Amino acid sequence: MTPPFNTPPAQPQPANTAGKKRRAALFPLRLFSIDHRIIGIQYLVLALISVVIGTVLSLLMRIHLVWPDWHLPLHGPILPEDYLALVTIHGTIMLFFVLTTAPQAGFGNLILPAQIGARSMAFPTLNATSFWLTAAALLILLSSTFVPGGAAISGWTAYPPLSAVASSGPGQALGMDLWLTSIALFAIASTVSSINTLTTIIRNRCNGMTWERLPLTVWGWFTAALLSIIAFSVLLAAILLLLCDRHAGTSFFLPTGDLVNGVLHQGGNGSPLLWLHLFWFFGHPEVYIAILPGMGLTSMLLANFSHRRVFAYRTMILTTLLIGLLGILLWGHHMFVAGLNPFASSAFSISTMAIALPAAAKVLSWLATTWRSKPSYKTPMLFALGFVSLFLTGGLTGPILAQPILDEYLHNTFFVVAHFHLIMAMAGIFGLYAATYYWFPLLTATSQHPGRLFSEPLGNLHFWCTLVGAYAVFLPMHLTGLAGEPRHYAQLTGIPGPGGSLSPAGALLSNTLPLNRFITYAAIFLATAQLVFLFNLVRSLRKGDFASSNPWQATTLEWHPSMNPFPPPSASDTPEMSVHRAPCHYQSNRSEVSFLPQWEPVPLALDEIEDATDTKPE
Amino acid sequence: MISSHLTSACLPGLLLDRAASRSPWLLPRDASVHGLALDDHLLINLWIALALLALAHLILLIGLLTRRHSAPTRLWRIEYLPLAALALLFAVLTLKAERLWASSRYTGASPTALQVEVTGVQFAWYFRYPGPDATFGLTQPKLVAPGEGNPLGLDPTDPHSTDDFISSQLVLPANREVDLRLRAQDVIHGFSIPEMRLKQNAVPGQTIHLHFTPTTPGTYAILCTQLCGLGHYRMNATLLILPRDQFASWLAAKQKAAP
Repeated sequence: MTPPFNTPPAQPQPANTAGKKRRAALFPLRLFSIDHRIIGIQYLVLALISVVIGTVLSLLMRIHLVWPDWHLPLHGPILPEDYLALVTIHGTIMLFFVLTTAPQAGFGNLILPAQIGARSMAFPTLNATSFWLTAAALLILLSSTFVPGGAAISGWTAYPPLSAVASSGPGQALGMDLWLTSIALFAIASTVSSINTLTTIIRNRCNGMTWERLPLTVWGWFTAALLSIIAFSVLLAAILLLLCDRHAGTSFFLPTGDLVNGVLHQGGNGSPLLWLHLFWFFGHPEVYIAILPGMGLTSMLLANFSHRRVFAYRTMILTTLLIGLLGILLWGHHMFVAGLNPFASSAFSISTMAIALPAAAKVLSWLATTWRSKPSYKTPMLFALGFVSLFLTGGLTGPILAQPILDEYLHNTFFVVAHFHLIMAMAGIFGLYAATYYWFPLLTATSQHPGRLFSEPLGNLHFWCTLVGAYAVFLPMHLTGLAGEPRHYAQLTGIPGPGGSLSPAGALLSNTLPLNRFITYAAIFLATAQLVFLFNLVRSLRKGDFASSNPWQATTLEWHPSMNPFPPPSASDTPEMSVHRAPCHYQSNRSEVSFLPQWEPVPLALDEIEDATDTKPE
Repeated sequence: MISSHLTSACLPGLLLDRAASRSPWLLPRDASVHGLALDDHLLINLWIALALLALAHLILLIGLLTRRHSAPTRLWRIEYLPLAALALLFAVLTLKAERLWASSRYTGASPTALQVEVTGVQFAWYFRYPGPDATFGLTQPKLVAPGEGNPLGLDPTDPHSTDDFISSQLVLPANREVDLRLRAQDVIHGFSIPEMRLKQNAVPGQTIHLHFTPTTPGTYAILCTQLCGLGHYRMNATLLILPRDQFASWLAAKQKAAP
């Protein structure tokens, strides 16, 4: 049976050449548009460029680890400082310019206003400013590879004194200054963008959009924006202090009598641990900034494609906020072996264990939402299910690393690399893919034709290859970590010992080589599988099937037929929205499914039945 | 205890076979007193994680594969009971882990422990023994001169420093507690001996104590596990555990040779 509120696929209109010319003439203006949808797409393009660069860098690292003599075309052999520059730029670009930018600023800008029934973001000009600051930050970061001394090599964590003293090695002079400038700009842009997001959610909700009716995606963006404001301002402060240490003769992070490469710093009485506290006070919430929008979207997609309510909707709102709150109380678990008081480690261990509970509540809700629901397996749903799987696999090693006694062995090994790549990089990327496949019709709708859909067979192929590839790359890393392989090692073989023999360290490290070879092959496969996505993207942009105005039978406002024409209508043309219920109202029996969008005034009786099933205890 | 039975019964060498030779599939063999309990706790944690992973995926798969039976309802049993069980499980694991952590870190080494100072420098580890007076002499950064045989800046005017001797290899006796004083001269380094289940950053400006008791004579790898610059990957040293009598003669020879 045709669902009652779906609309038929719209027919494409003939191309309008006059319109094309007008758009071409307007192009420079559109590049600097203050429309939130254009800014959202600009953020996504920036993230796509970044993810391609970040992936290529990670492949170079993997290849160097197992074939250290390989000569990089146009560059030559990869030297230890080159390897560490690859590590640093890969981590920085992926964390900041992909995992922070794409879900929060990219899809946030594109979808958030429509999803709460707002006409636009609260501060459009500020919004455009934060995008251009982010773009400038990326350019500055990339330019650091071309300066004398090369890019910074102290990892994305930039621990001083290595990062504070220019004489401590390659990349720590101008390269480090550029890194710090880039991240400082990014921090300002993110803070500004998050203030915009928060204000939009608080002030611009349409009629009837109460806090309990907000889609969980919006709750994800809301909490991530709160975290961003708190965390990025602390990071900015830390960066300014570090810049002062480097250039103004202060000693916030430098202890008395620090002797680096023959240069003595008598200075004040600072401590590198202060940087660690400030950095990780930012660094851990950053992980949740990256993953919370994906968690919200996963909840909504599982419900959408299972034609179900989100199980325990109110608890899901609460757990989102709890994860945000606990997320800023557990930074010290990065510092168990960093020189922290052991009693403090115990306290941070408990706060870290505590966050496993709201995270587990989310997983329970996802399992209960899909339980015996007969879902439709469209590509966005597959990626949402993949998100659940990877989030579980990565998340379950979290409590292990939260125990200081176990972290004493596992800290800075590949076990940790596997943990955070599964949960943040892979689950995070699966969230982004789910969002891209799901909202593609909204991204591609123009005044000439309705939105397009991705090719489903190619989407399926992409999903399965990516899932298998993700597990093939990151599961074995747990084993190399257990075997003792440390992170940030430019070379695993040939470390000599006394008398030309293999040193105990060389023997220990070379043990992991067979597994590392497998991981590298798997990484090449995983990266190659993404070409399927790129091909699908280009193909679907040009000749994807046209979608109806609500192809997934979604209940949230961004799918309202008049909400998503692209280019957007002027603000005064946007209809006033009214919301009548929480999202994800589906009604079903054995043979048919119907759904109630948030915007649809409905027969009272039907609405009451749905509400009753949600609120009754049993 | 339970976990060690599990190991011997169900896991012949999958993850943890202490007698086995090194392999990429295993934890390296443990050669310290506290390592056994740590390994057991790690193993039980890994098993629990694996079981929860399998359980959750099983529920997901069954839920997806079986046909729809009834509309979902909001059941407090489903919502809160599994969470309570998980809370209990994590609380037990945390308590166990905290006991182990407290036993190794809350108190210092016994007064009779062997004193050794470890200093991390880009890109080497130096090990200083206090000599017969059992007291480390003063060091000063401005006196550091590796080319002149004084890599740690020992102050020759301090009487305690005259009998100190520095080694590039950490040599320890088996079955005697060791109290390490960790320092760094330039940047943060990570002192790690995987086979002793030890890891602790050496932070410039701080002296951090770390104590443990090695058990099995042999040679072991000492690594740097905190990114410290371009030579990070080759900042390693060797730990040599000797039987007590051999250690005594090594120490005597070193002290005799000390300036």
